[in-house]
Amino acid sequence: MRNIFLFIRRYITLILFLVLQGFSIYLIVHYSNFHKAVFSNTANQLTGKVNKQFNRVEYYFRLKKTNDSLVTANEKLYNKLKSNFELPDTTVNIRIDSLRTDSLEAYRKYSYYPAKVVYNSVAAQNNFIVLGRGASQNMKEGMGIIDANSGVVGIVTEVSADFSVVMSLLHKDSHISGKLLKGGETGTLSWNGKTPNIISLTGIPKNVKVAVGDTIISSGFSTSIPKGMMIGIVQEVKADKSSGNFIIHFRSAADFYNLEHVFAIDNRQTESIKTILEKARTKNQ
Amino acid sequence: MNSLVKNIIRFALFILVQVFVLDKIHLHQMVTPYVYFLFLIWLPFRMGRIQQLLIALVLGLTLDSFRHHPGFHTAACVLLAYIRPFLINLLIPQEGADNNYEEPSFKSMGGVLPYMIFIGVLTFIHHGWLFLLEAWQFGNIWYFLVKTLLSTALSLLLIIITELLFVRQQKFRTNTV
Repeated sequence: MRNIFLFIRRYITLILFLVLQGFSIYLIVHYSNFHKAVFSNTANQLTGKVNKQFNRVEYYFRLKKTNDSLVTANEKLYNKLKSNFELPDTTVNIRIDSLRTDSLEAYRKYSYYPAKVVYNSVAAQNNFIVLGRGASQNMKEGMGIIDANSGVVGIVTEVSADFSVVMSLLHKDSHISGKLLKGGETGTLSWNGKTPNIISLTGIPKNVKVAVGDTIISSGFSTSIPKGMMIGIVQEVKADKSSGNFIIHFRSAADFYNLEHVFAIDNRQTESIKTILEKARTKNQ
Repeated sequence: MNSLVKNIIRFALFILVQVFVLDKIHLHQMVTPYVYFLFLIWLPFRMGRIQQLLIALVLGLTLDSFRHHPGFHTAACVLLAYIRPFLINLLIPQEGADNNYEEPSFKSMGGVLPYMIFIGVLTFIHHGWLFLLEAWQFGNIWYFLVKTLLSTALSLLLIIITELLFVRQQKFRTNTV
C-alpha cells in the first residue's frame, strides 16, 4: 500500500498530464453528448455575449456587402409579387374576401425567423456559426438556416436562452442531402476540411449526366430544410475510383465568409413527423 | 504590478486577440497563426508543474468554448505545459539561473538562440498535436505536415514581433541574501 502511495506521489505530474490529455480527447470524441450537457447553456451564453459585442464593431465594416445581398433578396421577392402577373382575362370577377384573418395560416408548414450572425468561423476543420437568437425567441434544435438569398447555411445544433449554435455546411459531421436540379438524383453533402465555400456531393451514380454549372438544391427529405433551397453550383466532376459514384465538387450558394443576416426555418410539422417515426420504430422492434 | 493581476490581464488579452483577430486570418485557406499559448510560455519559472498543467487546462477550455468543439486546444495546451519544464531544464544556461529572473525571455534564457529554440520547439509541438487531432478524420499526411510547418513559421514570426513590441522589464534578482 505504501509503495502505491509513493508511486503516485512520485509520478503525480505524469499521471495528471495523462488524465488531462485523456479528458481532452474524450471531449473531442464524445463531443455532442458532453457538450449538450455542460457547455451549451453556460458557455454559449457567456461567449455569445462577448461575440455579440465584437460583432457590433465588425458589422459596421461589412454594411456594404450586407446591403448588396439584401437588395438582391428584395429583388427576388419583388419579382414574386402577385401584382407583377396578369392572368388572361377569362374570369374577371373581383371578389372581396370577407374573412378577416388569414385563412391559410392554419395550413402553414414553414415559418421564417430573421437572425443575426454574431460569430462565424471558416478556418477550422469543424466550423460553427453563432446566432443572436435563442430559445426565448422561438429557436429550436434542428432548424434549418439559410442566408438572405436562400442559400443553405446549416442546421441548428444547440440552443441556449439567447443564442443558438449552427453547424455550418463546413463541418465534417454535417451530412445534409442535396439534389441535382436537372436530374433529381439525391446525394449527400460532405466537406473535406480544406477550402471554404467548396463542398462535395457524393452518392450520385456515374450514369447520371452532370455538367459543370449545374445547380444543386436541397432535397427536402429532412424536416429542417424545405425542398428547393439553393445549395450550390457544380464546379468539378470527378469519378470515384473505389465506387460507381461521382464525387462532385461545388461552390456553395451561401458565402460563408460574409454571413450577416440569416433566416431560421421552423417546420411546424416536425413534431408530428417525429412522433409518427417513433411509433413506427417501436412497432418494428 | 502584482504577478497574479498581470497574468489575469495577459490571459484575457491573449484570448481576445486570438479569438477576434488571429482566428480571422487564414492564408490560402490553410494557415492560421496561434499566439495565445505565449501566455503559458511566459508563466513564471518557479510555478509548480501541477499548477502549470491546471492553468493550461483552463486556458485551453476557455479558447475551446469560443469554438464550440471543445478538446482540441485543451489537449495541445496541456501537452505544451507538460513539456515546458523539461525544456527549461535543458536550455537554462547554468544551475540556478532560473532563480535570477521571473519568467522566460531573451535575457533570462541567456541569449537569443536558447530562447528561440525554446519557443520554436514549444510552438511546433503545440501546432503539431493540435493539427494531428484535427486531421484525425481527414487523414492526408502531406496536408497535415505542410499546414503544421507553415502555421508554426507564421506563429513564430508573430511571437517574435510580440516579444519585440512588448518588452518585459525583468529585474535581476540574486538568490544570495
